Amino acid sequence: MAKTALVVDDSTSMRQMVSMTLKGAGFQVIEGGNGQEGLDKLKGAPGSKVDLIITDLNMPIMDGLAFIRQVRAQSGSRFTPILMLTTESGDARKMEGKAAGATGWIVKPFHPDQILKVIDKVLPS
Amino acid sequence: MNLDMSQFHQTFFEEAKELLSDMESLLLRLEEDPTDLELLNTIFRCAHSIKGGSATFGFTDIAHFTHDLETLLDLVRNGKVIVDSVLTQLLLESQDQMKALLSAARGEITAAPDASGLTSRIQQSIAGVGSGPTIVPSVSEAASDDTWGVFGMPRRYSLRVAPGPDTLRQGADPLLLIERLAREAEILSVVCDTAGMPSLAEIDPEACFVAWDIELRTDLTEEQILDFFDFIADDSEIKLKVIEPAQELSVITTEAPPAFVLPNVTLAAQTRDATTPTKTNAVHQAEAQTLRVSADKVDKLINLVGELVINQSMLNEVVQDFSMMKLPRLLEAVAEMERASRELQEQVMSVRMLPIKHAFGRFPRLVRDLANAVGKKVELRTSGEDTELDKGVIEAIADPLTHLVRNSIDHGLESAQDRINAGKPEIGVISLHAVHEGGSIVIEISDDGKGLNRERILAKAIERGWVSENEMPTDETICNFIFQPGFSTAAQVTDLSGRGVGMDIVKQAVQALGGSITLSSIIGAGTTFRIRLPLTMAILEGLSLCVGDETYIVPLTNIVESIQPKSGDVRMVAGAGEVVMVRGEVLPIMRLHNVFNTPPRFKNPTDGLLVIVETDRRKVALLVDELIGQSQVVIKSLETNYRKIPGIAGATILGDGRVSLILDVPGLIHEGLGAVAA
Repeated sequence: MAKTALVVDDSTSMRQMVSMTLKGAGFQVIEGGNGQEGLDKLKGAPGSKVDLIITDLNMPIMDGLAFIRQVRAQSGSRFTPILMLTTESGDARKMEGKAAGATGWIVKPFHPDQILKVIDKVLPS
Repeated sequence: MNLDMSQFHQTFFEEAKELLSDMESLLLRLEEDPTDLELLNTIFRCAHSIKGGSATFGFTDIAHFTHDLETLLDLVRNGKVIVDSVLTQLLLESQDQMKALLSAARGEITAAPDASGLTSRIQQSIAGVGSGPTIVPSVSEAASDDTWGVFGMPRRYSLRVAPGPDTLRQGADPLLLIERLAREAEILSVVCDTAGMPSLAEIDPEACFVAWDIELRTDLTEEQILDFFDFIADDSEIKLKVIEPAQELSVITTEAPPAFVLPNVTLAAQTRDATTPTKTNAVHQAEAQTLRVSADKVDKLINLVGELVINQSMLNEVVQDFSMMKLPRLLEAVAEMERASRELQEQVMSVRMLPIKHAFGRFPRLVRDLANAVGKKVELRTSGEDTELDKGVIEAIADPLTHLVRNSIDHGLESAQDRINAGKPEIGVISLHAVHEGGSIVIEISDDGKGLNRERILAKAIERGWVSENEMPTDETICNFIFQPGFSTAAQVTDLSGRGVGMDIVKQAVQALGGSITLSSIIGAGTTFRIRLPLTMAILEGLSLCVGDETYIVPLTNIVESIQPKSGDVRMVAGAGEVVMVRGEVLPIMRLHNVFNTPPRFKNPTDGLLVIVETDRRKVALLVDELIGQSQVVIKSLETNYRKIPGIAGATILGDGRVSLILDVPGLIHEGLGAVAA
């Protein structure tokens, strides 16, 4: 069965690109335009569960860190791999992400192949 | 993986354009309220998103420029740089530069203006904070940095929990412990080992005979996992084994990604090259054709089409073995279909409808800049921004509106001192107001300035020979002289309005859209321009009339009145041909049957009807047989289906299936008058 990924980013173009990459890798993709939409989509997914979450950090309404914390607070998503997209390569931001519950990070700008490599690490087939 | 990045360019462009226009209005609001932190955060996010996208999709120019801007904005939102008029000006100019860079990337302009001055001003502002030298990491450096990684790789363990026989008697519950572990670690599988279970006869109900084999994935250490079972460890067997080898806590890959060398990401560079115009055009055209439509509207359309399909099958069913008994049902089905298709038409039209705020959006900035340039204090008020009209009309009306607003600021409003002397508030008001009125939209552009200077306009009109010195034109006539080609009364030509393009161009543009423009002006109190536009260019409100067997449609906006002339009113005048006297006005008669070469029913104007049409203040009386009525018609282009014909604006299909031509009144008057004179 195809794995499902949730992509959360306020930028439509970035969301499209990440989604296309994931679809190319055989994922079913659902999308949200900010953290709140991401949570709503997650609740709407079968069993309120997805196999992978990729989220931007800087978003209106609910930012990425708050979103990650909310996802981790839900019983079905405690161990779901969450990758965060960040423009800052500094450690401070990464540590914030780790504390919130992110599994890994990808620094923007990135190439689609990078996404696939990280996924390989966090979602061993 | 081979992903064509150029497929996302269009989305990125649209998104960036929206972000930039958001950014502009936010910056203007920031000028009003420099302490609004939420505003600053949102502005930062706009810049941030544009930077992220441009870097990802390979538009390095935009990414580089925006990077510095983002750094500055970050300092601003952290309170390290104070928001003042110098800063907002810098930010607005930066926003303009981003817009230009974006246009360059889209191939709309060959290159954006040089930004080195702007960049150094931004860097100065950053450096002014004393945050050290302005060594800002370039985007490409950032890309080659740690580009991705994983925090603490979870390891997979196999865990065997075999509690001793006395565990339960000691009050411990192994299941509870496993459940607790499951809260902290991901349990992949649990198998209950019942091999140690004795036969029923030998079983001791208080002893524990089962064991569990658990596979789990977690970043907990071995010790932390074993801690869970501390309580029962004494006589129990707890075995923990790592299945997947432990890895470094933080896996960081530092290979440089080929982010900017993708072959298909080089479009931006190509379009800037003037030698590849075809590609540019292709990009441009594809863009013009896209339309953002809310999913809601599409859903409604699908719904309506669904209804039509049901309708059609209903009709089919009724029509088979039709008998008069079924007539009521047939009528019902037809009525239903009529409703569905009318709704479908309305919905499809609404797909092209956008709120007029898309055209109004540019004005806050424009008014601000213009007011600063001429040293006047101006407040812009807009209302009715959500009034919807056709996307094409919005695009076409934006420039004429701009011209009117420029004029109002430049000529309409007085200087602050003059206003105070006149007992008016110091700040002049320009209002833009849009409202639906019947099948059209009315846009009003008003100022509370000094009103039109009649004396100067009249003097100019006499100078140009539009009126003679001893004529006494009405106030309305005088005001309308400003729409005459070649009119310009500005005492001195300023930077803003006096550049050749006059009100006549505005009027032409409005008329080309099938609209009309009127003005009212009160001396000392201001001037209001009223533009009336059709909601869409695809549907036209017209009057059907017939000549012989042919039906023609005249756009309602061109029609003044219809009359049946008395025989004494129609005369032949040397040099002007056949004319008709209408309340003292002499109008040339154009026999439509001659223009289109169709045999008419009436050749004598007193038998038929004269439809008086007007364009550019020139009136002509069209001789027709009969008026049929007013209706909305869908315009079909003749050019795309046949070829352009002078005097014909297009065609439409009538209810009975016949084709009817739509008259192009300006073209007709131009062509026809020539013919009469000849």
